[in-house]
Amino acid sequence: MASVTINGEARMLDGPDDTVLLWALRDMAGLTGTKYGCGAGLCGACTVHVDGKAEKSCMMTVGDVAGKAVTTIEGLSADGDHPVQVAWREMHVPQCGFCQTGQIMQAASLLAENPKPTDREILDGMADNICRCGCYERIVSAVRLASTGV
Amino acid sequence: MLHMMEKAFLGSPVREAAKLAFANVSRRRFLQGSAAGFAVAAFATTAEGFARYKTGGDAMSNGLRYDPHIFVSIDADGTVTIVAHRSEMGTGSRTSLPMVLADEMGADWGMVKIVQAEGDEEKYGNQDTDGSRSMRHHIQSMRQMGASVRHMLANAAAEMWGVDASSVSVGVHEVTGGGRKAGFGELAEAAMKQPVPEFEALSFRDESEFRYIGKGNIGITDLHDITTGKAVYGADVMLPGMKVAAVARPPVVGAEAKSYDASAAMAVPGVEHVVPLPASIMPAKFAPLGGVAVVASNTDAAIKGRDALEIQWGDSPHGGYTSESYMEEMRATAKQPGQVFRAEGDAAAAFAGAAKTFAQEYSQAHMAHAMMEPPVAVASVADGKCEIWAPVQSPFGARGDVAAALEMEVADVRVNVTLLGGGFGRKSKCDFVIEAAMLSKKLGMPVKVQWTREDDIRHSFYHTASVERIEVALDGDNKVTGWRHNSVAPSILSTFAPDSGHQFFIESGMGHVDIPFEIPNLSVENGKAMAHTRIGWFRSVSNIPRAWAVQSFASELAAELGRDDLEVMLELIGSDRKLDPPKQGFPENFWDYGEVYDEYPIDTMRLKNVLRLAAEKGGWGKQMPAGEGLGLAVHRSFVTYVATCAHVKIVDGKITVPEMHMVVDCGFAANPERIRSQMEGSAVQGMTIALYSGVTFEDGAAVQSNYHDYQMVRSDNFPEKVHTHIVPHPFSVHASGVGEPGVPPVAPAIANAIFHATGKRIRDLPMGDTV
Ligand code: FES
Ligand code: FES
Repeated sequence: MASVTINGEARMLDGPDDTVLLWALRDMAGLTGTKYGCGAGLCGACTVHVDGKAEKSCMMTVGDVAGKAVTTIEGLSADGDHPVQVAWREMHVPQCGFCQTGQIMQAASLLAENPKPTDREILDGMADNICRCGCYERIVSAVRLASTGV
Repeated sequence: MLHMMEKAFLGSPVREAAKLAFANVSRRRFLQGSAAGFAVAAFATTAEGFARYKTGGDAMSNGLRYDPHIFVSIDADGTVTIVAHRSEMGTGSRTSLPMVLADEMGADWGMVKIVQAEGDEEKYGNQDTDGSRSMRHHIQSMRQMGASVRHMLANAAAEMWGVDASSVSVGVHEVTGGGRKAGFGELAEAAMKQPVPEFEALSFRDESEFRYIGKGNIGITDLHDITTGKAVYGADVMLPGMKVAAVARPPVVGAEAKSYDASAAMAVPGVEHVVPLPASIMPAKFAPLGGVAVVASNTDAAIKGRDALEIQWGDSPHGGYTSESYMEEMRATAKQPGQVFRAEGDAAAAFAGAAKTFAQEYSQAHMAHAMMEPPVAVASVADGKCEIWAPVQSPFGARGDVAAALEMEVADVRVNVTLLGGGFGRKSKCDFVIEAAMLSKKLGMPVKVQWTREDDIRHSFYHTASVERIEVALDGDNKVTGWRHNSVAPSILSTFAPDSGHQFFIESGMGHVDIPFEIPNLSVENGKAMAHTRIGWFRSVSNIPRAWAVQSFASELAAELGRDDLEVMLELIGSDRKLDPPKQGFPENFWDYGEVYDEYPIDTMRLKNVLRLAAEKGGWGKQMPAGEGLGLAVHRSFVTYVATCAHVKIVDGKITVPEMHMVVDCGFAANPERIRSQMEGSAVQGMTIALYSGVTFEDGAAVQSNYHDYQMVRSDNFPEKVHTHIVPHPFSVHASGVGEPGVPPVAPAIANAIFHATGKRIRDLPMGDTV
């Protein structure tokens, strides 16, 4: 059992402290926007922000985030209007869409740390996130758009 | 595909695709037959431009539906609700098909709501989403239903206003006439009571009037939900009282859990039940593999419990399956004569009389689909009924299979379709759904079965492993006089029927017997290979190894002869013509993707056109810097023509692809924006296939397990700039699909470019990411 701030709200997460954060978010907190893709830190589908930094929630436990602030896609913006989300829609990025919440969380954190990344920095900064449908070109364009407005 | 497989398995004849016996509806006939009571002047449109044509859609199980009452409803507030009856796995069909209907009807897209159909083919017609068929088979019925509703709205308005229907016209979401105006909502009730006009009485929009069709100006309907995390995929379904199961499946197909120790699993907090599942032996169609299920209050506990099981597995007849030796066996088989599937001319004589011969072998390892969302399903069995929520490509197929597994009536099973986080053919096979249904029935509570990534890669219905050997006979002028192609690969049919070791007509129709080369003597052969794991279809299916072999070989032949790739590729295809299967030695059961051949013939003009365009757009022939090269490939699959020009640059030994041109001829392009996204995705998945996609077996078990050893192309090295060129066509050039046809030419184009960059020829997939 741990007390965690999730999307700005103080919550108690039941269950053992070694519960994988991804499953605690999905099954216990009911936040299903965070996805399971590999469970091994290899795909980025489960990316959330912990104290503002992108982390793979499949590689963390509830105990790891006790007393910390976790932001999921549901809490990234009030109406889905974070600049990254807006850019994502403008570029029509998704195909199946399954990887996209993780991609968006990764991109939002990348831009928070480095608001004007070079193309190379975008390519490398998004490389932890797999898109099996192959939306990479549009992902990169959307990050660029969110960063520069073009 | 599933449906075709079952037909092949059952040996039942493919039903005559003759239900749509409509010849071209001429303008004159339309004017005469204005049975719905208003003249063509009512719209600035005519029936011209939409002469109905036959597709294989009517021969699919449960065929097509044309009744707008099934697919469309209009609310009093003007909201138009359109049913999406195909599964959405990323191609955009859930948006594109309703878009076609809405445009033809006159609906404002902003007023359209899309609802997903449950699995019910008796109501909706065929729902089996694969084979690149959604647009190909359903564009006409969508237009027809849209036109029907438009006529019904016009007729309702005319009746209401007491005016002649000829003075009424349908604009965007409103009807005007005689100085009056009414929105679709106001007319909804009366319109839906109007009789549905016969096809002959319908007028269709002229292409110049399309607002959405062919425009690419509509975003996918789930765009907002996807970018905000609200979109519902399989695992996102949560039911009250639902338990979550993870299953330990046999590492080798057919092995039973002889005994197991569940104590450690039961000690995991949250674990509630440990349930053995019966093993299945091949051929098992989609029956689950069996094993031991751990059922818990949450997913974390289920996976931890499953991992804590100690299981002694029994033997399986497939315990000796080891890829290294198996590939060697297939190579040996490929060198021997195979069973002849197509014979044209006299290949033996051509080789006997050849000035020289030239042969090469190409191989490909098994692949797992590894769609981003692993298999997952929720089932609730109670009171003799079963309800399913799952990301399935064939919801009606899943419904029947679940009913059979639970010994229930199909009517007592309901299948709700969530979004699919990718499918690629894997989610046509509903073993994961049956697992959930069996567990829910046994435990009397709703159960979700969650596959881990390891489960997905170790327990797939794998893309076949293959060796393709091609040999040509050349005369004294280096002209190709004979062609022999022996394809050796375990068959998908082994999943459905006792294994003969031979491929069947669907596999041989994919770039094997349909080879479009103008060579006088051909022998297209298939050597025997027995299956030792579950073989299934993977996006593009047998077209991948065939395009890999044939297009690599064409480039190799050019090098052998000291000639240009493009020139040799065009010369092999030969003159402008439509192939004539019966005259050219094709087998009687030749499968043109289930279509009526004359409607979708193999047209070498279109094939050469995309190839020439790819070469031109990619700058074929230009001087490339050291370590860089261009590569071409062209392939027709799923009745769509795609050519690729890949630009490869070797950076410190690493293969990079800075640019790729994809030229696609899919007939009429209904949604160019989603066609582009499919070509971009095909470029990426094609590069993944080229570099990384290999599942190998040792002692019957898959070696790879997750994205570390079954790698994907990522954003730090992918085809960075994909230029998609769509060959423009009017509606009369039948629309075909784009979900699969982009993939096959990519790997050979990359390999051909690597050859031109480095002089190194690669013949085995996957090739790795360095040269
Ligand atoms: S699910 Fe966490 S990185 Fe893949
Ligand atoms: S959109 Fe399907 S995995 Fe990225």
